[in-house]
Amino acid sequence: MAKTLYDKLWESHVVREDDDGTALLYIDRQLVHEVTSPQAFEGLRLAGREPWRVKANLATPDHNVPTTARGGVESISDPVSRLQVETLDRNCRDFGIPEFTMDDIRQGIVHVVGPEQGATLPGMTVVCGDSHTSTHGAFGALAFGIGTSEVEHVLATQCLIQKKSKSMLIRVDGKVGPGVTAKDIVLAIIGEIGTAGGTGHVIEFGGEAIRDLSMEGRMTVCNMTIEAGARAGIIGVDDKTIDYVRGRPFAPRAEQWNQAVAAWRTLHSDEGAMFDRVVTIDAATIAPQVTWGTSPEMVAPIDAQVPDPAAENDPVRAESMVRALIYMGLTPGTPLSEIVVDKVFIGSCTNSRIEDLRAAAAIVRGRQVAANVKQALVVPGSGLVKIQAEKEGLDAIFHEAGFEWREPGCSMCLAMNADRLEAGERCASTSNRNFEGRQGQGGRTHLVSPVMAAAAAVSGHFTDARTL
Amino acid sequence: MEALKTVSGVVAPLDRANVDTDAIIPKQFLKSIKRSGFGPNLFDEWRYLDHGEPGMDNSKRPLNPDFVLNDPRYRDARILLARDNFGCGSSREHAPWALRDYGFRVIIAPSFADIFFNNSFKNGLLPIVLEEEKVDDLFSRALGAEALILNVDLAAQTISGESVEMRFEIDPFRKHCLLEGLDDIGLTLQHVADIRTYEARRRREAPWLFE
Repeated sequence: MAKTLYDKLWESHVVREDDDGTALLYIDRQLVHEVTSPQAFEGLRLAGREPWRVKANLATPDHNVPTTARGGVESISDPVSRLQVETLDRNCRDFGIPEFTMDDIRQGIVHVVGPEQGATLPGMTVVCGDSHTSTHGAFGALAFGIGTSEVEHVLATQCLIQKKSKSMLIRVDGKVGPGVTAKDIVLAIIGEIGTAGGTGHVIEFGGEAIRDLSMEGRMTVCNMTIEAGARAGIIGVDDKTIDYVRGRPFAPRAEQWNQAVAAWRTLHSDEGAMFDRVVTIDAATIAPQVTWGTSPEMVAPIDAQVPDPAAENDPVRAESMVRALIYMGLTPGTPLSEIVVDKVFIGSCTNSRIEDLRAAAAIVRGRQVAANVKQALVVPGSGLVKIQAEKEGLDAIFHEAGFEWREPGCSMCLAMNADRLEAGERCASTSNRNFEGRQGQGGRTHLVSPVMAAAAAVSGHFTDARTL
Repeated sequence: MEALKTVSGVVAPLDRANVDTDAIIPKQFLKSIKRSGFGPNLFDEWRYLDHGEPGMDNSKRPLNPDFVLNDPRYRDARILLARDNFGCGSSREHAPWALRDYGFRVIIAPSFADIFFNNSFKNGLLPIVLEEEKVDDLFSRALGAEALILNVDLAAQTISGESVEMRFEIDPFRKHCLLEGLDDIGLTLQHVADIRTYEARRRREAPWLFE
């Protein structure tokens, strides 16, 4: 019978399965960071357990690290943050888990570091105590976020107790227009199916517009699958996947490489495979997107206006819109292109890879951050992304325009470090969540692509980057 | 894990859809390396009028009188009534830890976000999925002048109270674990031989995964 990619990934990882479908699923790779792991290591210690397979794990601090000039862990000035990063370092040392510490050039956001190192490979199961683990599905891997109890479970047993999800295919047919990016595609998808649209499903992304994306673009799409409520997002393996993985430090070599590639070539849905649900989207209809509310589904094309809750039929939705517009300080009918921004953030596990920085720099080059923009930050996703960008002179372009060029970390995506919005400040952000308070209490987040964030920075308000 | 068999208590109605885990427990409290002590900061940005930081004396902070948990009717609530997609967003298990630490044992909603739903069961917190109409009915009762008190019986899969009699569905394995307070890791370690067998086979098929 024709199988979906999800069927293949699932079946190759089932250790045992009960009659009711409860399965023990083997986990090939666990990524670890400082925020969701201390209680898991503590649990291991209290139960006197050892990690099942230490080398299956890879750790790096990212959520709490400062992005200003820094050294090692001792350079974190907030003592509570410092303790959390020190705890990660100590746990990794004690249990023998490989870690890229703060002073290691390979440190960065886990979801940038994993693929960059080849620690994420096609056909793997990948987990991390972070919802954006869905990113790694871009490689034809089954990757999903878990809680701390499950982090401990994987450390102790290399397995998770799971039930198979339903399957959904989202096919983006045709080609996107020039200036429309992976971020616009995924925001448009979430706008279409809603933030709970993927609940209970694993989503496979397919169609010409997805195949046309680079691996970094595919990571952006899979990254935000969680924002549609899905368990995971996956994309079938093709030449781009294999070319990206080749030669990376953790990737197989020599004879094993050939063996692996042969196996990876089978990682796509078979012709005629059945999905529980299929959604098709015409790529040509997607314009650059801007969110206007406090949920990623509250999104519209740049040429639209802030919507009117009075026109919404569903009372719960209308109430959410009213609340969102009050929080965001917006009036129905205002053109999105007239919304003025206070800050700009280019970074996060969604959009901090080299192609993101190149695309933003191409808009910024020869222009200046608008006078009304108080701060414009570029935070590369890893130390290696930062070095590459500097080799290409991108840091100079951002500096000359008035951007700050920072050290790698999660930064203003969730504002656990010092990078944050003050109450009432409005931000054009390349991150993934526009929830109330996400970037700082009272802060107002508009999610956009890197080129749209760059365009907002130099214009002082949202603007269609295609017109610059 | 603490077992859950029956829960009786006041129902607090949180009438918002898409309540995310950032709202349940804001990021500044995630810096803790413990599992406990999150209750006073549950829904921190909605519950207090000032900005909360770890280490503050929460008993001295100004409360938001419009927030449901500050309403005297819902004091000591043990059951939270919510709307669609409760617990969406970040995977932080600090969210169920905070709800549990506050005193909640049951959350009723038309739908939950996947990771939050899983995390709840690991912490003796029962998320119950009910049809939209039943949730609407419970909201209208819970928002009345008198607090709504419900009894949840996990073994019987029932919710009962004054003129309320509802049944709910639950995965049998999760139900069993919660009723018995079973530790997942202990259960999985009963299958060590199966894991070893799987690994041996997988190592032959895909040796690069074990380098």
